[in-house]
Amino acid sequence: MTLNRTMKIAAVVAFLAIVFVVVPAAISSSGRFDLYYTLTSVALLSIASAGVWLTFYIGRINIGQGAYALMGGYVSAILVMNHGWSFWLTLPVAGLFCAAASVLIGLPILRLRGVYFAMVTLVLTEVARLLALALPITNGAKGIVSIPLPGALSIFGLTIIPDFATLQNSRLAFYLLAVTLMVVCFAVMYRLVNSRIGKLCQSLQQNEELASSIGVNIAYLRVIAYAVSSFFGGVSGAIFAAISQSIYPSSFTVTDSVNFMLNCFLGGLGYVFGPMLGTLVLYFGWDLLFQTGRFQLLIYSGLMIVLMLVLPNGLLSLAEMTRKKG
Amino acid sequence: MEQVIANGLYLGAQYALIALGLTLIFALMNVLNFAHGQMYVLGGFITYTLYGQLGLPFVVALLASGVTLAIIGALMEKFLFRTVIRRSHREESTMLLAAATAFFFDAVILLLFGEKQRGVPKIVKGVFNDAGIIMPYDRMVVGVLAIAFIAAFVLYMQYSRVGRAMRALAQDRVAAQLMGVRVDRYSMIGFAMGAMLAGVVGGLLVTITGVNSGIGGPISIKAFLMVMIGGAGVVGGAIAGGFILGMMESVGLTVLREYGDVTYLVIFAALMVFLSVRPNGLMGKPWG
Repeated sequence: MTLNRTMKIAAVVAFLAIVFVVVPAAISSSGRFDLYYTLTSVALLSIASAGVWLTFYIGRINIGQGAYALMGGYVSAILVMNHGWSFWLTLPVAGLFCAAASVLIGLPILRLRGVYFAMVTLVLTEVARLLALALPITNGAKGIVSIPLPGALSIFGLTIIPDFATLQNSRLAFYLLAVTLMVVCFAVMYRLVNSRIGKLCQSLQQNEELASSIGVNIAYLRVIAYAVSSFFGGVSGAIFAAISQSIYPSSFTVTDSVNFMLNCFLGGLGYVFGPMLGTLVLYFGWDLLFQTGRFQLLIYSGLMIVLMLVLPNGLLSLAEMTRKKG
Repeated sequence: MEQVIANGLYLGAQYALIALGLTLIFALMNVLNFAHGQMYVLGGFITYTLYGQLGLPFVVALLASGVTLAIIGALMEKFLFRTVIRRSHREESTMLLAAATAFFFDAVILLLFGEKQRGVPKIVKGVFNDAGIIMPYDRMVVGVLAIAFIAAFVLYMQYSRVGRAMRALAQDRVAAQLMGVRVDRYSMIGFAMGAMLAGVVGGLLVTITGVNSGIGGPISIKAFLMVMIGGAGVVGGAIAGGFILGMMESVGLTVLREYGDVTYLVIFAALMVFLSVRPNGLMGKPWG
């Protein structure tokens, strides 16, 4: 990035102002409250996609994020419903549970590369769905329904987040929650990528043997990256379960896993903020094309193919191209 | 027991044929063809239209399925994959393209043929019932045809000029180019052949299981499984993977009949354990 420091700060401030002030103001003045739900979904999906992006960063094609999103959703839902936990407590627990699971799964499968890893993670998504169908605790195909909205969160008697059920506009609350988490998530990602660990991860992406030969602990690094990735997936799945107040084995399927991956591709694999942009464009594109009725999928996939032919390195590569020309 | 083995062999023959096409495309281009299942469905619908609707002979319909898909495959390689591989920084980008084409085919199939389950009249009537094995004759015909196609494919790859060129390409693209193999042309032929195989299996199986627009994705996943078991990009591996998966399904569905989907759960779990021990499948080349 050739942007200097002040421009970067200005861009961040502008972005924060847009998501926290301009968008809610625009929505309340136009009365399109359904957009809150769309934008909340975009924010949550981009968190999960950010996780996928991180595994791309270490040179692995991850089509298994749906499995962790499903897992996170179930962990949160079961803790809230069966054990009466507060949603706010289950959120990090769901993330950590997924991270722990991903370490166990990742240790063997991260030895795989290329298409092998891609296909194993794809199968992982199917495994998660079949497990959710088969295990007694997940209530099979009926799923877990009527999960209560998140309650109040208070620390030392000070209420930080009010009870969502008492709010007039829980959509706005969910929007703010999702966007806050998205900002935190991408801040963490940016920090991670521009740190020493980020540089090491990049060395994994280029050549693992070479990295290993100069003393990079590749096995440890890739498990850490995969765990962080799955943590994001779990958190996003847990909030999704809370918003829809239900979770089914079919809540996150292979299609979702593939979509997470597509979001990363579309935004650009070389850019930290690629998944955010990719998710926004793909999700909104899909929504806008709803009016075309039965041609929706045809136009959507056709556009995706064209986009891929014109910009195979993602949307954000456009900015780089214009900068080079100008 | 004999019944289980017979079912496994029948399933294995058709699976191996599906996996062959996928592994061929992967070996030549390093592209994981997400649209393979959709190509299968398309082939099935073409045979359904020609044989089931228009009443043409089954052989003609099967031929039409194969040829149409071959043309589609060749066009896809020439205009889509070749361009993206040339322009992209990372070769994984072809996966987005493959996934997008899978969605595209899904949409086209849905628009052209609707969402109903379609079947065609049996090609051969009657049931074989002897020595403890019950198997309809049409399944036996399809199984034998599938094995014949596999044999023809292997022989073609082994002894023809085109097959030799493609094997050279799969071993080392740059070296093959230096030896004067026309890389672009044989990539296209390979992609067309892979797509053709998918179309032919679709045409064969529409006579037994029928076809509907939603089965493309699951078929792709099964094809991925087989390729992983045998090792990506290896012809022998795809055949072995197909028969192994066919056997596992046949045995699993018999032993675990009461539990339904648990069979697949067991297969998937076994596969993950297997791959952690042997990351490149049974006979796959190491992949960096």
